[in-house]
Amino acid sequence: MWGVGETIQSVERAAGILRLLASGPRELGVAELARAMGLPKGTLHGILRTLVHVGFVEQDAATGRYRLGGTLLHLGSSYLDVNVLRTRSLNWTDALAGRSRESVWIGTAHEGGVLVVHHVFRPDDSMQVLQVGTLLPAHATALGKVLLAYDPYGDAGAAFHAPSATQSAASPGTPSATAPGAALSATPGTAASATAPEAAPGATPGMPSATAPGATAGGEPAVEGLAAFTPRTLTRADDLAKELELVRGRGWACDVEELVEGEVSIAAPIRDARGVTVGAIGVRGAVERLAEGGEPSITIVSYVRDAARAITRDLSR
Amino acid sequence: MPGPHYVAAIDQGTTSSRCMVFDQAGRIVSVAQREHRQIFPRPGWVEHDAAEIWEAVQGVVAEAVTGSGIDFGQLVALGITNQRETTVLWDRHTGRPVANAIVWQDTRTDALVRTLAGHEQLFRERAGLPLATYFAGPKIRWLLDETPGLRERAERGDVLFGTVDSWLIWRLTGRHVTDVTNASRTMLMNLRTLSWDDELLAALGVPRAMLPEIRPSAEVYGTTGDGVPVAAALGDQQAALFGQTCFGPGETKSTYGSGSFLLMNTGTEPVASKHGLLTTVGYQIGDAPATYALEGSIAVTGSLVQWLRDNLGLISSAAEIETLAGTVEDNGGCYFVPAFSGLFAPHWRSDARGVIAGLTGFVTKGHIARAVLEATAWQTREVVDAMNADAGLALTSLRADGGMTANNLLMQILADVLAVPVVRPMVSETTCLGAAYAAGLATGYWPDTDSLRANWHKAAEWRPKIGQDVRDREYRNWRKAIDRSLDWSTP
Repeated sequence: MWGVGETIQSVERAAGILRLLASGPRELGVAELARAMGLPKGTLHGILRTLVHVGFVEQDAATGRYRLGGTLLHLGSSYLDVNVLRTRSLNWTDALAGRSRESVWIGTAHEGGVLVVHHVFRPDDSMQVLQVGTLLPAHATALGKVLLAYDPYGDAGAAFHAPSATQSAASPGTPSATAPGAALSATPGTAASATAPEAAPGATPGMPSATAPGATAGGEPAVEGLAAFTPRTLTRADDLAKELELVRGRGWACDVEELVEGEVSIAAPIRDARGVTVGAIGVRGAVERLAEGGEPSITIVSYVRDAARAITRDLSR
Repeated sequence: MPGPHYVAAIDQGTTSSRCMVFDQAGRIVSVAQREHRQIFPRPGWVEHDAAEIWEAVQGVVAEAVTGSGIDFGQLVALGITNQRETTVLWDRHTGRPVANAIVWQDTRTDALVRTLAGHEQLFRERAGLPLATYFAGPKIRWLLDETPGLRERAERGDVLFGTVDSWLIWRLTGRHVTDVTNASRTMLMNLRTLSWDDELLAALGVPRAMLPEIRPSAEVYGTTGDGVPVAAALGDQQAALFGQTCFGPGETKSTYGSGSFLLMNTGTEPVASKHGLLTTVGYQIGDAPATYALEGSIAVTGSLVQWLRDNLGLISSAAEIETLAGTVEDNGGCYFVPAFSGLFAPHWRSDARGVIAGLTGFVTKGHIARAVLEATAWQTREVVDAMNADAGLALTSLRADGGMTANNLLMQILADVLAVPVVRPMVSETTCLGAAYAAGLATGYWPDTDSLRANWHKAAEWRPKIGQDVRDREYRNWRKAIDRSLDWSTP
């Protein structure tokens, strides 16, 4: 028997394995998992076999490496098929593009970044390329800040650990909810690599080889912390934590020239019937249209929040 | 007049009636929707209560207009778009329908249509239509034959015929008119003269006295009791063509629902199809010459996804087909011909039935999901090829609308298969928008079609990604699968 406060070691270890597998874009082999967990391979095999048996983990037939299983993806309360999300959002995103006269984006949390699951062109008939399937850096976009601030796991969750942050992910200690940015601490360049199109496994085959806004700018390695895309990118974990606190306080997020010079993005959370944030919707456009004196336009903010609420209402039906 | 001005459109569809209010930029201001009963008295019979539809229409108009704080005085025009071919007969004096409306899907006229086989060429040449149960003419004839005393009342002009546009305009304004696009679906109108054709009337045995006056799609037919001009009527697919601003020859729209409808603008001359398409009127604005269209319909597109969900249980919602299809790189050699009730344009083979071809032990449910999406694309390709051949035009881009445009993978496959860009417009409610546009043009709310084009914006565009060699190989395989679906059902 065990008392209050005690935990079961094998469950903790299983959770650690799942976190590791969720944290990176790559499948992991037993040796890598054993190293990261600090456990003998034999112990790990037993846990992995059990996880495969219940469908939480899958083993690649060709390489023998492990990845998260489909069962697990469907289990989480925050799981919502991204194609369902797009279908349910379609009319509202078009309406938002019409009202704001800007491009509209819906993103979900994916492997330390924001996966673009829906994109509506800015209605001005300029040349635009569909960006569905692109991965955007979380800390430098309004969509990403919303997803970080309302992360259902409360610790900037497994899904948001950048690949190189797997070590901290494996540690059982939960980062304090008041400093969610800490879990994002990534080695320089991590976020930049996330913008590369090939890093987006959710991308539909045959999709335009989308390049994220700002990807060409590259991520200037910061001295410590997060990748810098412009001089205004938040690169320090504590600055980001403060920003996310602000996002939670007012219910929306913005990036003012933090990913691309001259561009502003504004976003708000989309929630499911249980109130869990399942995605973010936002607009992106030129700073002279979307901001006044360095502050995002309140009119546009209200349009974005209206659309987010409408989709949220729709999802709870 | 107080406040900004708007245009309202009624979309009287097969399962529901909707009213939408649009502003001058073509943006949706308000929406209301109400369903009506589907009446199935016998297998193959489908009826609507026209009085119930009229009530629903009044309800949605009131809700969309006053319910959103708009005064009827702010409405400069009301347009109508409607389910096509559905046939209403009513008493001129009481205003009551004399029978339930016979819906376009209803096949009770099957035997009657077969007795008309001797006139097939006449209908093809004059009306542009093949002999089929959908069209209004045989439905009128059936009601006149089966209802005692009705023919005499119709000959005296006491009983009136109308498609749903005509019924609604009569109720709204008191005038008995229909528009050219709806009239082109009756098998009674001469496509070139745009008037009722005596030989067609004689072949079908329909008295002229019961028919409405044929008018352009956009002109003021009359005003409602609230003083709103009723200024447009278009069949639903033609309204979508108009809402997509396909005003130039060769411009083509495809609406993806349970089935799919492609219409190509062919300009001011009707084009006779040698490839099993219909020739129909696209629209006519005021005194301008009519614009014609070629139409091809695909029976099973979205309904195949529903079949995968409901009959196989492979997915729990239609949108998940994309997720499932995304688990594989390609179709794994598997092709799905959904000829559930035969093949429509351009094959017209009622003996065909569905097949899944190319199965091996390698094929997974992901491959089948992909084959399902590809089936919609290849069926579109076949209709587009037929249109290009008939019209002597080459499609340069396809304007897609309807619920399935939310499926990114399908839209990409469509672009790959057609080898032209596929474009989704910002306002996906193109049917309502088309009726609003026509009504707004008739009343000067919009000055010309150029101003409507300026309202049209791309919401997304998919460009072809695959090489010609892959496209050719896949098309060959698709046609092999088509061959295997033929000669299955024996009558």
